[in-house]
Amino acid sequence: MATAPKTATATIDNGRSQSGFAAALKKALLSALVALVLFSLMIGVRTEAGSTGQLIYWTRFTELAGVVAAVFAGSLILELLRSWLGPFDAAGLIPASAEQPLKTAQRLFPLALLAFTLVFPVIFYDQRYILDLGILVLTYVMLGWGLNVVVGLAGLLDLGYVAFYAVGAYSYALLATTFGLSFWICLPLAGILAAFWGVLLGFPVLRLKGDYLAIVTLAFGEIIRLVLINWQSLTGGPNGITGVPRPSFFGIPLTPGDDGFAARFGLEFSPTHRVVFLYYLILALALLTNWVTIRLRRLPIGRAWEAMREDEVACRALGINITTTKLTAFATGAMFGGFAGAFFATRQGFISPESFTFHESALVLAIVVLGGMGSQLGVALAALVMIGGFELFRDFEQYRMLVFGLAMVALMVWRPRGLVGHREATVFLHHRTEISAELSREGRG
Amino acid sequence: MAYFSQQLINGLVLGSIYGLIAIGYTMVYGIVGMINFAHGDIFMIGGFVALITFLILVSIGLTFVPVILLLVLLVAMAMTALYGWSVERIAYRPLRHSFRLAPMLSAIGMSFALTNFAQVAQGARVKPVPPIVTGGYSLFERDGFVVQLSNIQIIVVITTLVLLALFTWLVSRTRLGRDMRACEQDQTMAALLGVDVDRTISMTFVIGAALAAVAGMMYLLYYGLVDFFMGFVAGIKAFTAAVLGGIGSLPGAMLGGLSIGLIETMWSAYFSVEYKDVAAFSILIVVLIFLPTGLLGRPEVEKV
Amino acid sequence: MSAVPASTAAPDDILAVSGLTMRFGGIVAINDLSFTARRGQISALIGPNGAGKTTVFNCITGFYKPTAGDIRLTHADGKGYVLQTLNDFRICKVAKVARTFQNIRLFPGLTALENLMVAQHNALMRASGFTLMGLLGMPGWRAAEKAALDLSSYWLDRIGLYDRADEAAGNLPYGDQRRLEIARAMCTEPALLCLDEPAAGLNARESGELNELLLSIRNDRGASILLIEHDMSVVMEISDHVTVLDYGVRIAGGTPQHVRDDPKVIAAYLGTDEETAIAVMEGT
Repeated sequence: MATAPKTATATIDNGRSQSGFAAALKKALLSALVALVLFSLMIGVRTEAGSTGQLIYWTRFTELAGVVAAVFAGSLILELLRSWLGPFDAAGLIPASAEQPLKTAQRLFPLALLAFTLVFPVIFYDQRYILDLGILVLTYVMLGWGLNVVVGLAGLLDLGYVAFYAVGAYSYALLATTFGLSFWICLPLAGILAAFWGVLLGFPVLRLKGDYLAIVTLAFGEIIRLVLINWQSLTGGPNGITGVPRPSFFGIPLTPGDDGFAARFGLEFSPTHRVVFLYYLILALALLTNWVTIRLRRLPIGRAWEAMREDEVACRALGINITTTKLTAFATGAMFGGFAGAFFATRQGFISPESFTFHESALVLAIVVLGGMGSQLGVALAALVMIGGFELFRDFEQYRMLVFGLAMVALMVWRPRGLVGHREATVFLHHRTEISAELSREGRG
Repeated sequence: MAYFSQQLINGLVLGSIYGLIAIGYTMVYGIVGMINFAHGDIFMIGGFVALITFLILVSIGLTFVPVILLLVLLVAMAMTALYGWSVERIAYRPLRHSFRLAPMLSAIGMSFALTNFAQVAQGARVKPVPPIVTGGYSLFERDGFVVQLSNIQIIVVITTLVLLALFTWLVSRTRLGRDMRACEQDQTMAALLGVDVDRTISMTFVIGAALAAVAGMMYLLYYGLVDFFMGFVAGIKAFTAAVLGGIGSLPGAMLGGLSIGLIETMWSAYFSVEYKDVAAFSILIVVLIFLPTGLLGRPEVEKV
Repeated sequence: MSAVPASTAAPDDILAVSGLTMRFGGIVAINDLSFTARRGQISALIGPNGAGKTTVFNCITGFYKPTAGDIRLTHADGKGYVLQTLNDFRICKVAKVARTFQNIRLFPGLTALENLMVAQHNALMRASGFTLMGLLGMPGWRAAEKAALDLSSYWLDRIGLYDRADEAAGNLPYGDQRRLEIARAMCTEPALLCLDEPAAGLNARESGELNELLLSIRNDRGASILLIEHDMSVVMEISDHVTVLDYGVRIAGGTPQHVRDDPKVIAAYLGTDEETAIAVMEGT
């Protein structure tokens, strides 16, 4: 796709715009024609089961015309932009003089972001919806950081990450409802159980590479979900588990009663207390994930993960045990997923298998890849973009997945290497280095 | 025994449908090395296009069933093929030489978009059709159980066999097939020797989508309904079939499809319907542990 | 064992290969091969293309399981290892055999320094208390990390890449990558260093530098080196002992001088490639 616009820009100005316009028009017409054929039946004809069960249909030619016109216009604009601006080049947009201040900004940005997340509940104290959205985004940040260990660092493609999220959520829900254990005891247990399942999944897939690994992890995720649906006596089946205990403020319940948080601290009871507490809880969990990951990267185990992503054969030749290296990556990633799951269960108060579909796995994987594999900051930004963007389409509920899917395609085509396209070296002799992701391999596992 | 024979027939029919979808996965994987996640949804689109074409043909007064079936088949194949072509053009071609995860994510995005597109365009409710092909044969009876072979089952199996034969011929005997095999081995070298790589890859997607459309139509005829979500589960199972058979291998895809179909039916018949998918996926995992490249896949030799 | 420097002492065998046979399906890649490598010396395995040299290497370093035969390694302290019974990563971890690859296998996205740190994985794993102590930042771990950095710096300095320590390995010039791979193997503190065509793709100057590096590794550290090589100038200049392989069979062995004059060796090389044959005969 790169050559055509380049030759167009090489010709002289006058001729360029003219021939560019003609070519763009031609392409747009062609796109519109294809769209017309594609949508003629799917949009032009609407089917529905009638009152007697008999299938009826009616035509919708105006809608069809509208969509085809939209494709024509969109394609024309895109082609014109492409021929006028030339191939999009992010590097060319930044003048050389701005590079140094930009680098400083880059250093300060994560700190500013962190400061913002810390004061976030104070700013939006009265806006329950925004607080909830913040919690949601942070949950996905945490999931993204957890999966990043497996996919970004170790280079193991995991399409069933949601399974560990589910294990964590159900572990907490079951332990809390049947044994009455508190959240703070269940949280580590949920993490351990999820890690255990991570190892359990890890064993059979040790020898698998690339897409075989992807499909087996996907199958694993589906198996867990199907078992959750069908093992009614334990999991409540499709109805899920209700009445999952809400978290307490380190033993003090966040309820309006006399021994509740508000009464003890002499505050007026407000349901917002709990939301704010949940916000800080997930923030703390996410930051813990981040801190552990950053530490692990600088330890031999983390370096072995990254080395394994780069070249498994070379790792073996250096005496690195690939089996344990893979299993620890799976277990670590799964553990964080389990923590997030326990949090999800306590936040919702209700869980069902519906929350743990392949869609969730894909969403988290998209966050990791869009973030730029292995970059902590990138993952956080991607979670914000994806979940935030998703929320913007809340009012267009039925078009949400359509837009989300197309956005995923567009983002990948635009930035296949993700938002932050470099990895930071874990150790240095002279100066910190950032290595372009172009050099990194993505792992074959 | 009679019950078993009946399940065997049902399993083979279901397996044929999976096999037809699996071929699309296996071909695309063989040539561009990526899982075409949107392929299950292409199958779903094929089902919808077949359904709508059928409705239109009936309403304009066609009554002769073989003609209807043939026309529906042709329209569904052609139109779904165009979907396959467009998906490759929009979501995969720009990412062809990118790193491995980008096309996969793009494919997952495309899959979501297609599912939701069908939901928005045609509504979320299941679309039932009255049985189009009726009748069949009673093969034999034992212990009061009659083993049935319906006409539609015969059509599904025969169509699959014919397509498989046609397709094997295409890949092994024609210019296009040779180009495909060349691209599979080494795209750069193929391009240097005058193979139009872009066109060959496009054709692979077109053929895969056309076969998925046939599967979609067969599904419609066999089960008498389509819905926007059917692509996901069928897609995963068909991909499972492709992997089980050994990805990149055409007979493997068919063999894998039949295995998955049989496992699913037998499990439902003798154990529990609820866990049929669990059985299919578990067997996939077990097979891959012992045969990491599937039943008929070429073993991957690691060059050191 | 006495403490006499290995290069002057009567050398004993560090590696003894006997009856090594490797079949791939019906093809016999190596047939009943026996040879030894002496401690503290540079031993070379040469032969025309397709003679089975890399296969021998892959058997020694555990990437292939030999069909038959015995590969024994003896450390200086007398401890013996039967290599074909060890798992691939244990050959490096336990038996201390390190290797490089014919087509360089660095970690291209990691820096040169990180590549060397990865090579010290096992030592660092122990020091980090299998991650837990390291996670908590215990002083023992900090000291071990410092020591590992020092060792890495030492090797970076030795191969002349100290200034480029923080550059991505994949960005380094080809010759530097070759040397970095050798340094990485040395960071595992091997008893035996196996080099698969270390001079491949190097120009004359780089090849000369490589010779110096290998000789210094042998002389300063008393390391034992086994190498496969096509470049005869490397083989003839630095090898203490040469084994010649053709069609998976050992056809000659001895000092470089001795091998060079062996008519069987000349015939083997003449049969494939005249230039190499002349190079063997003239010892260039």
